[in-house]
Amino acid sequence: MPANREALAAALAERGYIVDDALAMSVFLSLRMQRPLFLEGAPGVGKTLLAHVLAELFETRLIRLQCYEGLDISQAAYEWNYPRQLLEIQARGTGGAAATDGLFTEAYLLKRPLLQAIDAAHERPPVLLIDELDRADEEFESFLLELLSEYQITIPELGTLKAHHRPIVVLTSNRTRDVHDALRRRCLYHWIDYPTLENEIAIVGRKVPALAQHLCRRLVAFVQRLRQEDLAKLPGVAETVDWAEALTQLGETDLDRGVVDATLGLLLKSHEDLERIRGALVERLLTESAG
Amino acid sequence: MISWIYRDLVEFVRLLRMAGLPIGVEQTELFAQGLSCVEALSRREIYLVARATLVLSRDHLPVFDERFAAFFGEGDSAGQGQRVPPAPRHDRVPPLRNALTAFMAERARPQAAEVGVPEQTKAASSLEQLQRKDFSECTSEELDAIERALRDVRFDLTLRRSLRFAPSPHGENLDLRRMVRDAARHGGRALTLHRRRRKLTHRPLVVLADISGSMELYSRILLQFLHVISRSHRQTQTFVFGTRLTCITGQLQIRDVDTALSHAARAIVDFAGGTRIGECIGAFNRRYARRVLRKGAVLLFISDGWETGDASTLDLEMRRLRARSHRVVWLNPLMGRTGYEPRARGVEIALTHADDFLPVHNLQSLHELSWHLAHIPRRKGSRPALGTVGR
Repeated sequence: MPANREALAAALAERGYIVDDALAMSVFLSLRMQRPLFLEGAPGVGKTLLAHVLAELFETRLIRLQCYEGLDISQAAYEWNYPRQLLEIQARGTGGAAATDGLFTEAYLLKRPLLQAIDAAHERPPVLLIDELDRADEEFESFLLELLSEYQITIPELGTLKAHHRPIVVLTSNRTRDVHDALRRRCLYHWIDYPTLENEIAIVGRKVPALAQHLCRRLVAFVQRLRQEDLAKLPGVAETVDWAEALTQLGETDLDRGVVDATLGLLLKSHEDLERIRGALVERLLTESAG
Repeated sequence: MISWIYRDLVEFVRLLRMAGLPIGVEQTELFAQGLSCVEALSRREIYLVARATLVLSRDHLPVFDERFAAFFGEGDSAGQGQRVPPAPRHDRVPPLRNALTAFMAERARPQAAEVGVPEQTKAASSLEQLQRKDFSECTSEELDAIERALRDVRFDLTLRRSLRFAPSPHGENLDLRRMVRDAARHGGRALTLHRRRRKLTHRPLVVLADISGSMELYSRILLQFLHVISRSHRQTQTFVFGTRLTCITGQLQIRDVDTALSHAARAIVDFAGGTRIGECIGAFNRRYARRVLRKGAVLLFISDGWETGDASTLDLEMRRLRARSHRVVWLNPLMGRTGYEPRARGVEIALTHADDFLPVHNLQSLHELSWHLAHIPRRKGSRPALGTVGR
């Protein structure tokens, strides 16, 4: 466990994840105070990646729950193994009232991500990533409340299962809807913004080491300028990295209109945006970002 | 912790609460606990800890930064980590203008004598005759009668299938959990097939209403209508625009009509001004669309299509709007006029992006709208339902 936020930031940077002061403090406090970390931000700014890096940093398992509409307890937490239960009942033959004895025990439980995260079998606390929470519906949030405040899950037939090691919990949201305050209150909240020019250069430099330094600066400056345009979908850091990777593969040494036009699809993922930016506007953005 | 610091911090949290941030006792405890995790308590560290523990949403950041600077003095470090664009100020009380001022004044003294209104409406105000009368031609008394009648109109939306299940005797899926419990009671034999099916849920409704100068004659009844519709349908989000976009969802949820409308009126900045439809829809698309146009939302767009801004912007923004909505229903008060043809620039463009185009100029048309909303097709972009007034 890093002693302070600077040490934590350095440890994360070592693994290729560059954070600013505010994010470093949020992560540090969430680890220290054992509180879930709730990250909001535009797509592609590295919310999910943070969980992966944390798992790597603490050399522990990453348990991921991808949220979607209609996600319910049987897919998120646990489900009874019905076929096995049925077989067991039949094997016992006609037994009367005692037929259900021993059927609702851990042996017949299928553990889904949330239950796995608080499973007592772990040697050290795992990282639990609850990804894109805004995609799940409101009912699911209420279910999470017990887990996030007490680190326990109650199963009616079995009782309450409590975590031996509190997992490191990271929740992410793209903010397609508002997540309820009750859930926010149980977490440390942080809004991840697009990185500053210097930070983004550092990130790209780390991810694509083969990239020449001046080209790196130039392309990041271009992307940062692009984000000021009125676009349906702004390019995230993930897109910048992809683009840098593509330019290296192509063996480009400098940015000009032709190169940008040909590869713009890596940055802009909507037809409308492409049509608008491609051509004359690229030229202008290039000169503006160079200056 | 040293007690004077502690007292300061509690005071700071109190100030934040007064500024409207939803900070519970739990947050305050977290804040204090967080400070004890940090070695050197510099101004910067206090800022970072406070921010990590007390801020619950990005929307609160600007207020938080401002209050922090005010409380702890200006420093070079506040807000350095992330640039947050200043939020638009909603707390200014805008001057009320023409239509609305008149409207509110009228409400304030309902007994005031009508001046210059011919007496011919005396007996004619029966609801039957009012059904077909254009709102813009109604007298104040007639509008009162219409408003009363309007309260009884129900606006229900078609349902959509959710991804969640509920037990149902004729459902399409088997409910295994129930079957096992049942089988256990009968020696492992499943005697009954328990079934379940998808639940039906409401579609969200989003209303974008034009309150610019050209819509002035309808604005009184329009606000009333917005109130009725957001009271009858729980998941309604309401926005009004002229030259600027304003969200009045919260104000309209107040039960009492008069209180609700006066709150809404105070929030609206540009009553009866010009119209920049394209730009306002653009603002909606950028700031709200992703959050409110989800789960198969139906969009009610109320405007006469009188656009003073750029036509190509309108085209682009309408297309974006359409892509996010299950169905775009355009309500146009001018359509009720005999001999009306969609000539205004904005109308022509927007027509190509609307699924339905309906009049909304008298009580009867509102009844028709109610029927229409209850019969919105399940599939996106299908032909208008029967009874729709075609283009």
